[in-house]
Amino acid sequence: MLEFIQDYYAFIFLALLFTIGLYGMMVKQNLVKKALGMAIVQATVIMFWIVSAYKDGAGIPIFDKRYGVENPEMYINPLPHAMMLTAVVVAIITFGLSLALIIAIYREYNTLHEPELLDQMKDI
Amino acid sequence: MKTLQYFLLLAFLGILVGTVIHLPPRGDIDSPVHQTVNPAGTLVAGTYYIQHAYKDTKTPNMVVAVLADYRAYDTLGEVVIVFVGGIACFFILNLRRRKP
Amino acid sequence: MSDKPLTEKIPRYCKGTGMMAPTDSPIVHIACRGISPFIFLIGLYVFFHGHYSPGGGFQGGVLMAATILLLRLSLGTGLSQVVMPASITLRLSAVGVLIFAGTGVITMIFGGDFLDYHFLPLPWLDPAYLRYYGILLIEVGVVLTVMTTLIAIYDDLLGY
Repeated sequence: MLEFIQDYYAFIFLALLFTIGLYGMMVKQNLVKKALGMAIVQATVIMFWIVSAYKDGAGIPIFDKRYGVENPEMYINPLPHAMMLTAVVVAIITFGLSLALIIAIYREYNTLHEPELLDQMKDI
Repeated sequence: MKTLQYFLLLAFLGILVGTVIHLPPRGDIDSPVHQTVNPAGTLVAGTYYIQHAYKDTKTPNMVVAVLADYRAYDTLGEVVIVFVGGIACFFILNLRRRKP
Repeated sequence: MSDKPLTEKIPRYCKGTGMMAPTDSPIVHIACRGISPFIFLIGLYVFFHGHYSPGGGFQGGVLMAATILLLRLSLGTGLSQVVMPASITLRLSAVGVLIFAGTGVITMIFGGDFLDYHFLPLPWLDPAYLRYYGILLIEVGVVLTVMTTLIAIYDDLLGY
C-alpha cells in the first residue's frame, strides 16, 4: 500500500486538481471564477507532463562533463520540458486575454454573473 | 441541476483516477516513455538531442538548445502568440464602444 | 487610523491617475524600490546564464517583468512611468519579435534557410559557436517580448 502511494500520489493529486478546475468552470457562475478554473486546468496539464518526465536516477537535462553523453540514461528527456515551457507562456497570455475580455463584458453589461448576463442578452 | 453537475464531476474524478492508476509508476525506468531506443530499434528524439546538443551548439542546457535551435520555428510562433495577445488586450480594452 | 476618507489619503501625484490606490506607507515604498533592482539583476542572471544552468529567455523575461510590476503595485502607475512608460511597452514588444524574425531573415539573406544560424555573417567563429550566439540573439528578442507584453497587459487591464 505504501509503495502504491509513493508511486501514484502525484497522479492522484493531479486528477483531483483537474476536477477542482473543472468544478470551477462548470458550477461557479462568476466569469472570473470560470477563468481561474481554466488556469487551474492548464496548470494541471503542465504539471502532469513534468511529473511524467521524471526518471529515477537521472539528472536534469544539462550537459555535465562528469557524465558525458555516451549513455543517455543519465539525463531526463529534454523534450517535455521544452514543450511545457511553450505551454506555460501561452497559458499566461490566454489568462490575460480572458481577463481583458471579462473586463470588456463588465463594461458592456455591468455584471459578471452568468444567468444575469444571459437574461440581458435575451432582451436584445 | 446542481446535483447532476456534482454527480458528473464525481464520475469524472472516478474515471480519471481509474485511468491514472494504470499508468506506469512515477519515475519508472522501464516505462515506455523513458526508453532511449524505439521498438523499431532507432533512437528516440530525446536521445538524439541529448547526444548531439552540446556538440552542435556548445550549449550545455539542452532545453534551451531544443527550444531555440532545433525547434526555433516553434518558439517563433510562440513569441508571435505573446505579441498578438498583448496587441489583442490593447485593442479590446482601449477601443471606444460603438454607440448603437 | 484617522477618520479621513480614503481619497484624501492618496498622495497628490497619483490623484485621478489610476484605479489602484497606492499606499502611503514609506516602508512599503522604500522596500519595493530597494528590492526591485536586485530582482532585475536576478532576471538578467537567469537570462544570460540560461546557456549553462536552468533558465533562459522566458524565465528571465518574467522576472524582469516582475520587477516593474512590483514598482507599479507599490508606487502606483503614475510614478513608475519613469522606469518603463506605458506608451513604449507594446513598441518594445514588436521590436523583440523583429529581432527574432530578423535573425531568421538575415540567415536567409546570407544563403541559408530561415533560422539556420550556420549562415550568420560572423565568419571568424566556429560553426558550433555560431549557433551559440544565434541562440543568444533570439533569446534577446524573447526576453524583450515577454517582459514588455506582461507589463502591457497589466497596464491595459487597469485602463492606461
